Amino acid sequence: MSAAEVGAVTANGSLLEVQGLVTRYPVPRGLLGTLRRQEQEHVHAVEGVDFSVGLGEMLALVGESGCGKTTTAQTVMRMVDADAGRILFRGRDISHLTQRQLRPLRREMQIIYQDPYESLDPRYRVRDTVAEPLLIHGIGGKAAERDALVVQALVQAGLEPPELYLDRFPHELSGGQRQRVAIAAAMVLKPKLLLADEPVSMLDVSVRAGILRLLDELRRDGLAIVMITHDLSTAAHFADRIAVMYLGRIVEEGPAKDVVRNPLHPYTKALISVVPKRDPRDSTEPQILKGETPNPIHIPSGCRFHPRCPIAQEECRSIDPELRRPASAKSPEHRAACILA
Amino acid sequence: MLSVEGLEVWFDVPGGELHAVQGVAFDLFPGERMGLVGESGCGKTTTILALMGLLPPSASVAGRVLLDGEDVLAKGEDSVSPHRWRDVAMVFQGAMNAFNPVKTVGSQIVEPMELHGVASGRAARNQAAELLEMVGISGSRADRYPHEFSGGMRQRAAIAMALACSPKVLLADEPTTALDVMVQAQILELLVRLTDDLGLAMILVTHDLPVVAQVCGRAAVMYAGKVAESGPIETLFHDPRHPYTRMLFQATPDLHGDDEVASIPGAPPRLDREVLGCPFHPRCDSAFSRCPVEEPRLREVGDNHTAACHLNDVPMQVAQ
Repeated sequence: MSAAEVGAVTANGSLLEVQGLVTRYPVPRGLLGTLRRQEQEHVHAVEGVDFSVGLGEMLALVGESGCGKTTTAQTVMRMVDADAGRILFRGRDISHLTQRQLRPLRREMQIIYQDPYESLDPRYRVRDTVAEPLLIHGIGGKAAERDALVVQALVQAGLEPPELYLDRFPHELSGGQRQRVAIAAAMVLKPKLLLADEPVSMLDVSVRAGILRLLDELRRDGLAIVMITHDLSTAAHFADRIAVMYLGRIVEEGPAKDVVRNPLHPYTKALISVVPKRDPRDSTEPQILKGETPNPIHIPSGCRFHPRCPIAQEECRSIDPELRRPASAKSPEHRAACILA
Repeated sequence: MLSVEGLEVWFDVPGGELHAVQGVAFDLFPGERMGLVGESGCGKTTTILALMGLLPPSASVAGRVLLDGEDVLAKGEDSVSPHRWRDVAMVFQGAMNAFNPVKTVGSQIVEPMELHGVASGRAARNQAAELLEMVGISGSRADRYPHEFSGGMRQRAAIAMALACSPKVLLADEPTTALDVMVQAQILELLVRLTDDLGLAMILVTHDLPVVAQVCGRAAVMYAGKVAESGPIETLFHDPRHPYTRMLFQATPDLHGDDEVASIPGAPPRLDREVLGCPFHPRCDSAFSRCPVEEPRLREVGDNHTAACHLNDVPMQVAQ
């Protein structure tokens, strides 16, 4: 093992550091398009994203559908290839490793998905679902050893007593329990990084908090978590930091409380103003943006938000703002990509 | 205007019956927006499908649904169909499924008008274009197909279709659940504006309490097929008289709230078996000896405020 592999974190203390990440998907042209030599167009899913997450930290990637948050996670997991940029995991750039070279690293980075009804194999008992990653990675030689690890993971995921769940099939479990099984199957490998893609959006309100608190406990125990969500309230409650994405870019990033209480980017401001508040008396005037997020094939010039921005100036059409700390930021870690912030 | 009395719905299921709606009652007044909230399986969607007479054949229905004094359930399909879309219209959860993919949006808005003889031919087509304009879509797009619309536009078009016959009551089943926050805000603003402008009454079915808090004046909280509590939304939030209502608000994170978010342990009871006592008692944080044995009745606990909980019978000091 090289020194870089052993090193726990990158130079700035992060477990995962993403720099200038770009992921594009080609748009199918069809036979005629190819024959006519039409220019190949791309969906600019991720267009220069930088972020980092440390051990014991939860980062929330927040944004509307099509903003590139899921593609970002898939690229970091190397399920999709990046077109540019670096993905530093424990200080080592993994963006160009072959699948074979990646295999030992897969143990350390796991992902859970939105829909626990689809992510679990219906023919597998809980025991087999949670033990499968161990078999794949050749951990826990004997069946008894594996069982012990499975039981430990179930307890960690809050499925107690574990004996009650070991022999059940997914259809015998509630949505919340299924998501806990998915978390147990991810945690059984004792990963350092967990990507959670909308982990509660398919679940009933009454059980969501339980899953989120479980993730929070795992974070306290030292796990680095990147949670992808469209729900700002959830992000504000559970994440340490929030990164707001719009059309493939992070437009604002900072400590969760700062982003929610003192948003700097006009997009974040609008987004926060339209989140329905729980208290009926708390009815601040929502600032509703017109239209919908533009098509990520043709990204607007200059600031990508300018066509919908309520305060856009002439120069916003030409200047593509970088993510930096504006004078109005209260926290040194609070950054926004807006020349007017 | 709309009055629901003792509504019961059973579904035939293998090996028995599932009692999905158990004696639900409420009144809806003109121009009022009422929320119907609860977890999945609590019977909120079944309730409004019963009002529309859209339940599958495996369902049997009892009780009365009075529309301006006339019982629309009295003669089954014969008594409901003249009112469906004409007086009571519905917007569904998945806007994609509300449209036939091979017909233009405009022609589908025209359909209920011609069916009920509200308008036909060119007049109907002109009205369809006007309805689209009213929900913020250019009337010239009436000859487009549903797949050419974005999710938010499709939901707008579905609202236009529901309004085709100028109904008195709009039933909206999770109208914004599949949408992004910004589009959700646009649709909710539209629903509020339309109900205000047209004097339309609306029942908003959702699991999302903050949406109800911002849109509706009143709400009924359903649990296990029954109304657990109902009242003005401000009262439900600030002075809930059923632990389920309080716990449901506590389980919902608020953007600016610092209070602990807590899930509700356990799961709702199965409705294909008889439930003893209060259906919520196994999950309740305040249950006492009476709760597992005696079912609490829904009764008045304040102005316009009803709750089904034994705690309301006990003076506060004794309960603690």
